[in-house]
Amino acid sequence: MFTVALIAVLISLVLAMVRAIIGPTMFDRVLAVNSTATLAVLSLALIGFVAGRPEFLDIAILYTLLNLIGTLAVLRYFHPNEN
Amino acid sequence: MEAIINLLSWLFLLSGGFFCITGMIGLIRFPDLFTRLHGASVTDTLGAGFIVIGLILQSGFTLVTAKLIIIMGLILLTSPVATHALAQAALHAGILPKLDNDETGGHIAGEDE
Repeated sequence: MFTVALIAVLISLVLAMVRAIIGPTMFDRVLAVNSTATLAVLSLALIGFVAGRPEFLDIAILYTLLNLIGTLAVLRYFHPNEN
Repeated sequence: MEAIINLLSWLFLLSGGFFCITGMIGLIRFPDLFTRLHGASVTDTLGAGFIVIGLILQSGFTLVTAKLIIIMGLILLTSPVATHALAQAALHAGILPKLDNDETGGHIAGEDE
């Protein structure tokens, strides 16, 4: 049951990576990487359930926070009021 | 009772996977950046929400449930922030929404001159 959801999440990961590679502007790539991180969090939680090791959920919490910081750090370069 | 919970959990996990794939197909097929933001947010809200609810139904009243609720809350808090920052940065970088009948003449209402 968890394996089916995990396969669906992995398929969506592949689709997000396609957009990250072909994205015409930089912002498309940032968006795709942001979605990739969300899907990585989901797949971490599902892997924890598949393997019977709930410790993976701690890594998922950490990755959610890193996702926000990473996205905002990239977008910080384009902030209008900077400098 | 356990069969009902298993069935519900199956249903939530399957629809979560479906919405994940749907959002990412939208991310690939939509025409410009601002519509792609819309497609990506489907994955962040419906896909993640249904999968987490399905996992919560499987884990019962344990610490795992608390961690899953924390994960879902963090995703629901951070995803709109990232989307907003991305759209604002793209607008200020000069990327305009693709309109079918462009009556704005390249000017977005509400944006400063």
